[in-house]
Amino acid sequence: MGQRSEQNRANRTGAEGPVLSVRRLTTRFRTDRGIVTAVDDVSFDVAPGETLGIVGESGCGKTVTSKSIMRLLPDHVASYGDESEVIYRGNNLLRASESEMRKVRGDGIAMIFQEPMTSLNPVFTVGWQLNEALKYHTKLRARERRARIIEMLKLVDMPNPEKRIDEYPHQLSGGMRQRVMIAIALCCEPDVLIADEPTTALDVTIQAQILDLMNELKSRLNTAIILITHDLGVVAQVCDRVQVMYAGRVIESASAREVFHNPRHPYTRGLLDSIPKQGGKQKGARLPAIGGIVPSLWELPPGCRFQERCRYKQQKCVDVEPDLVTDPDGHARRCHFPLGTSAKLTVGASS
Amino acid sequence: MALIEVRNLVKHFPVRGGVLNRVVGKVHAVNGVSFDVQRGETVGIVGESGCGKSTLGKTIIRLIDPTEGSIKYDDKEITTLGHGGMMRIRRKMQIIFQDPYSSLNPRMTVRGLLREAIKFHDVVPANQVDDYITELIRTVGMRPDAADKFPHEFSGGQRQRLGIARALSVKPEFIVADEPVSALDVSIQAQVLNLMMDLKEKLGLTLVFISHDLKVVEHFCDRVLVMYLGHIVEELPTRDLHLRAKHPYTRALLGANPIDDPDDRRPLTVLQGDVPSPFSPPPGCPFQTRCPRVHDRCRVEMPPLVTREAGVNGEAETERVACWAVEVDEQEKLSAGAGAR
Repeated sequence: MGQRSEQNRANRTGAEGPVLSVRRLTTRFRTDRGIVTAVDDVSFDVAPGETLGIVGESGCGKTVTSKSIMRLLPDHVASYGDESEVIYRGNNLLRASESEMRKVRGDGIAMIFQEPMTSLNPVFTVGWQLNEALKYHTKLRARERRARIIEMLKLVDMPNPEKRIDEYPHQLSGGMRQRVMIAIALCCEPDVLIADEPTTALDVTIQAQILDLMNELKSRLNTAIILITHDLGVVAQVCDRVQVMYAGRVIESASAREVFHNPRHPYTRGLLDSIPKQGGKQKGARLPAIGGIVPSLWELPPGCRFQERCRYKQQKCVDVEPDLVTDPDGHARRCHFPLGTSAKLTVGASS
Repeated sequence: MALIEVRNLVKHFPVRGGVLNRVVGKVHAVNGVSFDVQRGETVGIVGESGCGKSTLGKTIIRLIDPTEGSIKYDDKEITTLGHGGMMRIRRKMQIIFQDPYSSLNPRMTVRGLLREAIKFHDVVPANQVDDYITELIRTVGMRPDAADKFPHEFSGGQRQRLGIARALSVKPEFIVADEPVSALDVSIQAQVLNLMMDLKEKLGLTLVFISHDLKVVEHFCDRVLVMYLGHIVEELPTRDLHLRAKHPYTRALLGANPIDDPDDRRPLTVLQGDVPSPFSPPPGCPFQTRCPRVHDRCRVEMPPLVTREAGVNGEAETERVACWAVEVDEQEKLSAGAGAR
């Protein structure tokens, strides 16, 4: 098994070992324009009962990371780095066969997708779709399965589960569909739940319900959750630890508290500043936006991938790409000139 | 005088069904809405999906014809205007759509897209069109060489800038922005919001800004209309919004927004259940099925939108609320005040 990096050892919470370890994950795609590296050398652990947030803007590689773990990317276009490992129950999933993967998916690691309408089959009832997972992964009889499905729907606070079990996805609202997705994901009691933008398509009041539900289920079932999102508010609500990704790389990794109160990478700082503050504290003022756009993966700038948009750029940033360095307090950042205590003071004075 | 005066605006969409494809019912998208927009003001419209905010936005510039009601633009009734009259006034009102991918014709270059409206409305003399296009592209913060590219060559944020350039091309006074930043990444969202603020100040635009994100509206707008199932349930200034908001729905929207601080975690759920279908809205107050403060009167009688002067930090401003519970609160406040005197 691969060596565990300092960073993850320092950040791990709980006494139990991690349930899932991702080591040096690199995912490449063969495309018409040549090979592109969508995820570059990403490592992390998740422990039972812990929620890890993976944050970033479109194209940063957060969804490819989750699909690589689940091996949902087609083998003829996606390939993984030689040193890449996804360790689950002592096996490297990146080298597992399709039949081994099928046992892991749903039973060991389950996933919730962003769009509950397109990930539910419109021609089958809610009950049928939950039954499918139970039939494959458990030895329960038909009647037991139905009882278990109703129990699952109750667990996710579905109103009228006895009636809803025989309804079709189009008869449900967006929030209820996402509850069904969560019920399907949890029905085999997975060790790890990957939630890819689970609330992005929902209204705020419904998002509030789903986030509260996820928090409640985590403490009740002790599931490890990997939450993928672009919404920092969602991260602040549910995550214990956060990894910020930019152009395929992890650029910052720390506890949620640290990332929000003491970000060390200028990109993380910029993301936090881009959100209008509630309470209208900067009302009417311009938001301190990050200039420019995310670079294309085919035309990455030399040195640090963020340097073209960074307001603290120096010559070293263009010449050398920084490594992901873990500070003594366990806060990791990929920046030559992190916004630490001393740097932060000068920043505060200039702005 | 207000630039826009909307009175009792109603839009019902017919729903067809059955073998004969007859009208079997109607969707109550906008249900008797009245409000004003002052010149130079930015008014936000917030609400969840299906509350009628986009329909309202499109109806006030008559991209959708209203079922009933009146819309006055600059004191001129526009609901009864014919094609030609509407054409003249349309130059003054523009719209920016949510999805910059589907609102730009993929087969036209940026120059072509912008030139169409400029020529149609004769905005500048023919020999100055190219210079004007260059100027427009610069105005929205892009490089002039963008003019000869196609929409697919741009990122989402740049496309939204082009959407803004196209809206500005006819030198409008009034713009409806329908979720202009919802499809954009956070860092790009901030850039586009900043651009819109700059342009609004520079060109003295009047804006109606439609969004589901109360945080963005609070930041960007002067006043906000909160909609629920086709009704305005509250109207208030955005300054000190969290202190002013009275309607239980506005309070719920404020409470459901996650706060960007892991130290400040609290349960977010304020409302159970979903928005009822606008096909069969509930009787009484539209919000009664989910309201934490519901009582008997709400289930039978629709609360009126009551206007009052309300003060925060000593400054009174006009607010409107439609809620029986708030009425009771206000009565109690009044009698408590009278008792103290």
